[in-house]
Amino acid sequence: MALQEETAGTSRVLQKGAPVLSVQHLCKSFGSHTVLNDFCVELYEGENVVVLGKSGSGKSVLIKCIIGLLKPDSGSITVLGEDIPSLNDEALDTIRMKIGFLFQSNALYDSMTVRQNLEFPLRRHSINLGQEQVDQLVHDALDDVGLAHTMDMMPAELSGGMRKRVALARTLILKPSIILYDEPTTGLDPITSREIIQLIKNVQQKYHAASLIISHDMDCVRMVADRVVMLIEGRNYREGSYGAMISEKDPLIKAFFE
Amino acid sequence: MLRSQNWKQFLEETGALSRFTSRLFSQWFRPQYEISEFLRQCFVIGYKSLPLVMLTAFIMGLVLTMQIRPFLVDYGVESQLPAMVGIAIVREIGPVITALIFAGKIGSSIGAELGSMKVTEQIDAMEVSGTNPFKYLVVTRVLAATFTLPLLVMLADAVALYGTYLGVNIRSTTSFGLFWTQVFGSLSFGDVLPAFVKSFFFGFAVGIVGCYKGYHSKKGTEGVGRSANSAVVLSSILIFIIDLIAVQITDVLGLN
Ligand SMILES: Nc1ncnc2c1ncn2[C@@H]1O[C@H](COP(=O)(O)OP(=O)(O)OP(=O)(O)O)[C@@H](O)[C@H]1O
Ligand SMILES: [Mg+2]
Repeated sequence: MALQEETAGTSRVLQKGAPVLSVQHLCKSFGSHTVLNDFCVELYEGENVVVLGKSGSGKSVLIKCIIGLLKPDSGSITVLGEDIPSLNDEALDTIRMKIGFLFQSNALYDSMTVRQNLEFPLRRHSINLGQEQVDQLVHDALDDVGLAHTMDMMPAELSGGMRKRVALARTLILKPSIILYDEPTTGLDPITSREIIQLIKNVQQKYHAASLIISHDMDCVRMVADRVVMLIEGRNYREGSYGAMISEKDPLIKAFFE
Repeated sequence: MLRSQNWKQFLEETGALSRFTSRLFSQWFRPQYEISEFLRQCFVIGYKSLPLVMLTAFIMGLVLTMQIRPFLVDYGVESQLPAMVGIAIVREIGPVITALIFAGKIGSSIGAELGSMKVTEQIDAMEVSGTNPFKYLVVTRVLAATFTLPLLVMLADAVALYGTYLGVNIRSTTSFGLFWTQVFGSLSFGDVLPAFVKSFFFGFAVGIVGCYKGYHSKKGTEGVGRSANSAVVLSSILIFIIDLIAVQITDVLGLN
């Protein structure tokens, strides 16, 4: 009995129910430029999946399709049982409350203070919260990323790493069950990247959220990935654990892990 | 020389701007209303342009008076100075100069603001956070520009007339009371109303062009700069075109 639990604990990939997020045969082009061509990925509860691909391969396009910012040309995207492309605005809002999205460029509102940035999703989604609850949530979220003292600063006054952490706090403030990270460590020094990676891991342990992480930072891949999906030529070229990937002989894949 | 390339671009741009405008009207009255953001924008827009508008209006009133005086003196109708300058200011100089200043100040700042929000994904982030960014950013700004400009124009007219009063009194003396009696005596409903109405259209043009240029900004900081710049150019041209159309309409309606 104890042994069984232990094996289940060491390999989370084994505990599969229905996937919380499933992308099937996704195609997306801009004019004559095909970006995604029959891409598939599945994400299970409590799992960290890293999507690897070189710059311009369509990683941002992929997660923008998942959150409904871009409409796919064909294929299906199912999040928590809902088919994203067919939802109306209201239903999309409801489902988006359960999805956290960390933008590649942070997307902090630069006309607002850090506090207002964090309050924005709380106030704009149709949820009723009193001022006290809002204050508490904002404080807790900032505390989690160690930036409670920046509450009344403007984003422009923060360093790149701090901005990333504020953006992370804003992403997590609604306690999403699925989190999409678009290159969370790009443009940061190795020490700050490691801090961000540690934060991502903490979040996952705390909320048992499922995360789809887009990255080409090998440190990040090694530390967080339960599973790696290679996005090459618009499709899921290869899929497997980090260990399996580094021992790959395929030159297209080896190029990433050297 | 205009090549067919330029014409194609011009027509495409016109088409895109009309689509943007029709999207605006289709969202205009649909809930949810962003009242507080609208009021905040009115305040920001008015507050930002007020000092510049007042300063230029005062100078225009003063300079125009000093320029016209010699001509009226030649014909011996110097006493008509307040009336003549008053009409020029209320009918044309006030609305157009204010609108052009407004385009330079507000059109460019809306273009740059929305442009940088676009390229740094802030507009996408709003959409993900349960907000319709078109309503929240575009509709509020266009409405705010539309309703703020007429107020600014009225203020500018008043300040310009104070400039005129100063200009009249540099070479001769007219009492304060007499000056205003002469100005208002010469102004009729047909002078004030068309000018007031057209300034709504000027404000709308500045707002919609600024938002359109910003919302469709190209990636990169250069794209943002270009949005701001072309917002000013295009809205200034539109102001003159609207002015041209407005004068034809008032002419046909016999309001002249
Ligand atoms: N809105 C758009 N219109 C036209 N083309 C687009 C659009 N968005 C993305 N593309 C194109 O899709 C391709 C993939 O872009 P994407 O931003 O997904 O790359 P990426 O994999 O995220 O790269 P990076 O690692 O540099 O962020 C690019 O060639 C880009 O030019
Ligand atoms: Mg990207």
